[in-house]
Amino acid sequence: MSASDPAALAEKVVEMVGRRAEAAVTVTHTRQGLTRFANSFIHQNVVDEHTEVYLQLSLDGRAATATTYRSDDQALEGLAGRALVAAALRPVDPAWAGLASPAALLSPSDLHYDPATAGVGPAERAEAVAAFVSDGDGLVGAGFCETTRNDRYFANSAGQRLDSHDTSAALDAILRVPGPDGGPSSDGVASTYSFRFADLDGEALGRHAAARARSGADPIELPPGRYEVVLEARCVAYLMDFFTFYGFNGRAVTEGRSFVALGERQLDRALSLSDDATDRRQLGPLFDAEGTPKRRAPLVDAGVVTGVTHDRRSAAKAGGGATTTGHCIPGGEALGAVATATVLEAAAGAVRPVSSMVSEVERGLLVSDFWYTRALDPKTLVATGLTRNGVFLIENGEVGRAVSNLRFTQSYVAALAPGQVLGVGDDARLAPGGLHFSLHCAPSLHLAAWNFTGNASA
Amino acid sequence: MVMATESMSAQNGEIEGLRHGERAGVGVRALIGSSWGFASTAELSSREARRAGQHAAETARASARLAGAPLEMAPVPAVHDHWESACAEDPLSVPLSEKAGLLASVTSVARAAGAQIAQASYDIWDTTKWLATSEGSRISQHIRECGAAMSATAIGDGETQRRSYPGIRGQYGTRGWELVRQLDLPGHAGRVGEEAVALLSAPVCPDRRCDLVLGSEQMALQIHESVGHATELDRILGWEAAFAGTSWLELSQLGSLRFGSPLMNITADATLPGALGSFGYDDEGTPAHRVDIVREGIWVGALSGRDSAALAGLPAGGMVRADGHNRIPMVRMTNIGLLPGTSSLEAMIAETDDGIYMDTNRSWSIDDRRLNFQFGCEVGYEVKGGRLGRVLRNPTYTGISPQFWGSLDRVGGEAEWQFWGTPNCGKGQPMQVGHTGHPSVPCRFRDVRVGVRG
Repeated sequence: MSASDPAALAEKVVEMVGRRAEAAVTVTHTRQGLTRFANSFIHQNVVDEHTEVYLQLSLDGRAATATTYRSDDQALEGLAGRALVAAALRPVDPAWAGLASPAALLSPSDLHYDPATAGVGPAERAEAVAAFVSDGDGLVGAGFCETTRNDRYFANSAGQRLDSHDTSAALDAILRVPGPDGGPSSDGVASTYSFRFADLDGEALGRHAAARARSGADPIELPPGRYEVVLEARCVAYLMDFFTFYGFNGRAVTEGRSFVALGERQLDRALSLSDDATDRRQLGPLFDAEGTPKRRAPLVDAGVVTGVTHDRRSAAKAGGGATTTGHCIPGGEALGAVATATVLEAAAGAVRPVSSMVSEVERGLLVSDFWYTRALDPKTLVATGLTRNGVFLIENGEVGRAVSNLRFTQSYVAALAPGQVLGVGDDARLAPGGLHFSLHCAPSLHLAAWNFTGNASA
Repeated sequence: MVMATESMSAQNGEIEGLRHGERAGVGVRALIGSSWGFASTAELSSREARRAGQHAAETARASARLAGAPLEMAPVPAVHDHWESACAEDPLSVPLSEKAGLLASVTSVARAAGAQIAQASYDIWDTTKWLATSEGSRISQHIRECGAAMSATAIGDGETQRRSYPGIRGQYGTRGWELVRQLDLPGHAGRVGEEAVALLSAPVCPDRRCDLVLGSEQMALQIHESVGHATELDRILGWEAAFAGTSWLELSQLGSLRFGSPLMNITADATLPGALGSFGYDDEGTPAHRVDIVREGIWVGALSGRDSAALAGLPAGGMVRADGHNRIPMVRMTNIGLLPGTSSLEAMIAETDDGIYMDTNRSWSIDDRRLNFQFGCEVGYEVKGGRLGRVLRNPTYTGISPQFWGSLDRVGGEAEWQFWGTPNCGKGQPMQVGHTGHPSVPCRFRDVRVGVRG
């Protein structure tokens, strides 16, 4: 048995706990390579390979968790021993919901796995980075190329056994036109996130980022205020972390901390939202930390809230027949259950190119990217943040002058409320959320208004 | 590096999470030309460590496909040494039943005071690390850190209100469990519950310009975001441009740029006993020391590692750390703090005719050049004619860093100097969680925009 044999390790830990407690074990073997570049050269190139053993156990409702990066017998005995001692000393958790019963995956265990990506090394990543920079029109580049392989196995003492293998690849980078007199540079961003390294087209991304950076040079200042906007996909993905973390989190709903009201039309009828790790565009594991297989979880249908996310514990506390939706996150007892594979789409499939949405804007802004967004209030989802990597004035349906970065303070719920979504783009793709929690599959959106509350530099 | 962790969380009188963690392994960093290669192994054997070293070198070599100018390292003496943080009461040896009783008790009290959600938690890190460099250093360190946090949330029809103690992130230090005992969570549990409820019916902070008095907890956040990150040399050199961002500061301005008023004196001091950003040596073997960052309002220093310092022509800053054996060390804040002045919170309120006093951070956002910020606090108070007035909810303020710091006209004294600890500073790729310290005092700023809302 080796550290790279998750199944054998997980079975061993379940056996070690034996009949002393209910046990659930997740073993993940990760191999991650990351190539970072700045000022157009590679400055950091890192490789991490490790195996994590995550044990959850319960002694008559007294639950504890323990993790280790070690895989020798002594470490595994220590892991089980620490968790058992900890559980014995703590009070009973009245919300302990027991272990997941045996249930099979709803999709092939290698749905998000690409063997070629699993074998990518620093030389291939360096080639992708070089392609991005060489097609960057001579501009200064910065960003990263990452490849990851995860082999994951789950076993519990109730007989559940699951395994999942996934890969991921990402190239996310900017090209920069220096600002005059040390002022802000004009940056263009481009990115691809996929489970296949072959999907990363460094040259095409470099050309896109360069064109954006060039067109963003010499920006004008606009007065703060409410503007009609076309938010590109990266901006929309940024919003999604807030909806999943604070909004559709079943625990937050039960406790009254969320805006969500089941059955009500709280978002525009143009939008539907689901969480679906079995969607081929997504990345990551096909079961959650409790061993519940992932399935499509509808959250919003044509603007009407139809579901929230639960783990076993939050579902038990919610009552009313709620069951886990397979969204337990490791160590998430205090956070609740959070969607990690959302897909935002047009309710009736009526999607349009960004250029079509822009053509309908008399005066507004095209926004490429957001930065450092944080919630002022988790219930209303009022958040503040800034634009980044390109803002452009739209006048009479045409994209015109670049605009300096702006700060906004905006309720995300209000921004997507009924009547506010004027168009849904045909460009849905994976991009990072604004809390760096998950990637989301999101399209560009044409919104009636966005509240800009200040200029970034003045 | 060998690290043991323990954490527990409670809500409304019930223990919800109890987690133990253990990580051990070897990380090897190799510099070839312009690039660092890094590889790690969790198998503690000479064979695996050697393999990680070879892997690190191979990875660095692969970077030659897109190389820059070779990096140099600012010199530090090779030393053989051992260092330990002070710890009066080993936090891992305090009985779990006692810790659980504390968290359950304080959340029950805060809940009984009217808050719908009362939460409390503690975290413990016990880290032993050994550094060996090809220059001859052999350094071992044993650092114990811990701290606790407590909050109460009241839920209204349209929003939530929250009060925390001792701050939004709690309080943490390189100390033992005596830190948690001194916090006296039970002595504050009822108050935070009552204050959270009272905030629901308080008037909203008005949108206007006025004088602003900030408590020391919010000042810690202000220093962290607008001074600490802005003066990180890796940002200034563009190494973090695509992700964490850059800085509005240019290296050519070091020593001459006015960052703030003459009352502004900021240091990076990794030697402060008990502060969360303290250690004996950083992860490059540079001994902990104090570096002036802003002196009488002038920008005079940067947070650096040996590579970035050499490039900038500076001595090694001693500010490079990794959050585990499997992460590459990078520039991190140590204890970035404001030196005390001569005023006090009481005196600056008495000297304010028309203003707002805010404290305890609730939201934070700053642009990727660390210039434009907007921060929200849990609670605000009107200040009229030198006296505290009504409580205000949803207080926020916004500004441009050098203008804001330029308006600083009162700095609290040594009696109010507090070493705040931030245990969750995210930076780098893959993301690393840094532990930073922020000594701070209450301060007053003139003519600030407050009350921004959505």
